[in-house]
Amino acid sequence: MIVSDERPVGKRVMLMGTCLCDAFYDEAAKATVEVLEYLGVTVEFPENQTCCGQPAFNSGDWNASRKVARHTADVFAGDLPVIVPSGSCAAMNFHGNLLQFEEAPEEKINSLARRTWEVMDFIRHGLGVKTWPGTFAEPTRIAFHRSCHSRGSNSGEAILELLGSIGNAEIVPFGQGEQCCGFGGTFSVTFPHISGRMGTLKMDHILDAKPDILTSGDMSCLMHLTGLARAQGRPVRHCHAIEILRDTLPVKS
Amino acid sequence: MPQQIDTYARNISDEKQHSVIDGSSAGTDKRYKALHHDYGDPNPLRKLAGAIKDHTLHHLDEYLEKSEKALTDRGVHVHYASTDEDARQAILSILREHGVTQLTKSKSMAAEEIHLNPFLIENGIDCLESDLGEFIIQLDGDEPSHIVKPIIHKNRRGIAETFLREGIAADYNDDPETITRRARVHLRGKYMTAEAGITGANFVCSDTGRLVLVTNEGNSRFGMAPNKLHIALVGIEKIIPKERDLSVFLNLLGRSATGQQLTVYTEFINGPKSANQADGPEHMHVVFIDNGRTDVLASNCREILRCIRCSACQNVCPVYRQASGHAYRSTYGGPIGAVLSPILFGSRFPELADLPKASSLCGACNEVCPVDIPISDLLLRLRDKAKREEIPSEGAIPMSPFATLATSPSLWRTAMTMSKAMNHLPIQVAPIKPLQDWLGQRTLPESHGGDFRKWLKERRR
Repeated sequence: MIVSDERPVGKRVMLMGTCLCDAFYDEAAKATVEVLEYLGVTVEFPENQTCCGQPAFNSGDWNASRKVARHTADVFAGDLPVIVPSGSCAAMNFHGNLLQFEEAPEEKINSLARRTWEVMDFIRHGLGVKTWPGTFAEPTRIAFHRSCHSRGSNSGEAILELLGSIGNAEIVPFGQGEQCCGFGGTFSVTFPHISGRMGTLKMDHILDAKPDILTSGDMSCLMHLTGLARAQGRPVRHCHAIEILRDTLPVKS
Repeated sequence: MPQQIDTYARNISDEKQHSVIDGSSAGTDKRYKALHHDYGDPNPLRKLAGAIKDHTLHHLDEYLEKSEKALTDRGVHVHYASTDEDARQAILSILREHGVTQLTKSKSMAAEEIHLNPFLIENGIDCLESDLGEFIIQLDGDEPSHIVKPIIHKNRRGIAETFLREGIAADYNDDPETITRRARVHLRGKYMTAEAGITGANFVCSDTGRLVLVTNEGNSRFGMAPNKLHIALVGIEKIIPKERDLSVFLNLLGRSATGQQLTVYTEFINGPKSANQADGPEHMHVVFIDNGRTDVLASNCREILRCIRCSACQNVCPVYRQASGHAYRSTYGGPIGAVLSPILFGSRFPELADLPKASSLCGACNEVCPVDIPISDLLLRLRDKAKREEIPSEGAIPMSPFATLATSPSLWRTAMTMSKAMNHLPIQVAPIKPLQDWLGQRTLPESHGGDFRKWLKERRR
């Protein structure tokens, strides 16, 4: 995974809301806007955005995924940072796209790759926020699922540092943290048994740690994990890490 | 329709699966401890190793020539085999030349790849596997399921039963040490009567022509010491430029494979026995095998030829752990196999094109690879290749409707808003197979389609 060393930083950004937040997890997208605005950042939301194209890319249909990637690159044209509340969609922009255009690179695709930040990475390393000025009302145990698409990027460490700095927060470790949750997009459909087993194992480890909240930088992992857990009769409170940042901020008077 | 590997995993016995999960998890833990204890951050070393291998592969023709010359200077006979059949025939004719009827063989993935054992046995040569794991595989008529631990899928109870059944042991005893001692007694007798030893090689140093073999059982030494002929079957990608490069590779190999700083035996083979040596083979042959490797070199997945067969990617792979190596239907299982098998055995690509799909693309394999192979990128390139070659894929979801939707913004927005209707529909019984496969084990969150966009508009008003 290659994250550009020259990613732009600024107080005006474009938000890539992700299809999953568009369809299910509006709270994560709202929290992204609210947290960025709290930090003095102006957030633009290009209306014509859809999806990063990852489902087609991972399926091997690169003709289809290149079409979607070109659309996305057009929608986010310009020189503003592109902020994504998902390690997975961000990695599609700065890694997957380069792979599927490696034989015939396109400048707009490269430009999108250079400008893309996963939101927690942006807050920690782009804006330089080291500690989060938030507090939980009660001591709160947080299980942080480090999504695989943040491997090789700075997002995992950024999330740990920011969440760990919240008052009353305790990050609780759990077994085999390096193992994938088993979602993998279309993988969870074409490999339902293995995907389900991987997710169940992951939930076993997570629940052993008795967290109050399960969080991640990727709602896709949480959709799969909590979908399994609910069906197994062991629901767990969960949200995107950016929601924790928002929800622990002091209430404005 | 779930893919083949998923179905295989579903039907695997609990016993086999526990063996695989326990063995591979232990391997991952040991690797982590050994590597990070000694190197803190092993990434620079992994990258260096990858770069050395890459350099060698870019100049493979030169290094192959150099190796041949250095080996020949040491008195080694060098052969080249383009295909598996060429390699088998080359080995058979060397053995016949020397009138060999009985030999021992140490573990070699290249030999597994060309199915050397059954071939030699068919041709009347008694060929005994001397690696303990491979010996048990041979007794059971089974297939190895792991590169380093071929019997990772077995447990000691099954092995004790095999020994009893095959007359290796007079009674049932599943104590691992007893099993090993019994195998040792049996194998030692065989070493003394064997007329030749076949090995693979972990490295061939092109500057000195020395072969390097790493083992933990010392079986290849035993295989060579008492007899007159040594044949090494070596993939052409095993060459390294200089002997000093071993300082990088040996430090990575043992730690990545078994969590050992070095394997118990590291053998440097200088060629046939010299005049002042008491024993050792008088004749030594090296058979360099291509068997699809140059095709891989010409492909966009050539990085996979850096592989030093450590099995770290198998151990860490969550899909491998669930499915076992046998699910991959070829010599190499797990992530390395998912990339290598479909392209190494090129004519089998259509049949093995599902292997690269058996991954959530989590990238754990990339992180542990001692030669820095970007395995998940290669899996993706092979998925693209399968699609371009129009190879049918079980259960694949057609992606062109998705692409149409995702490039039509107003249609997309409408679809998002409409998706809320799902909240009121009995989707649990909708006749959509992929949805059912997914919902079979999970619940779907409530649709909030379009809510964020609506919220943002109101906020900006």
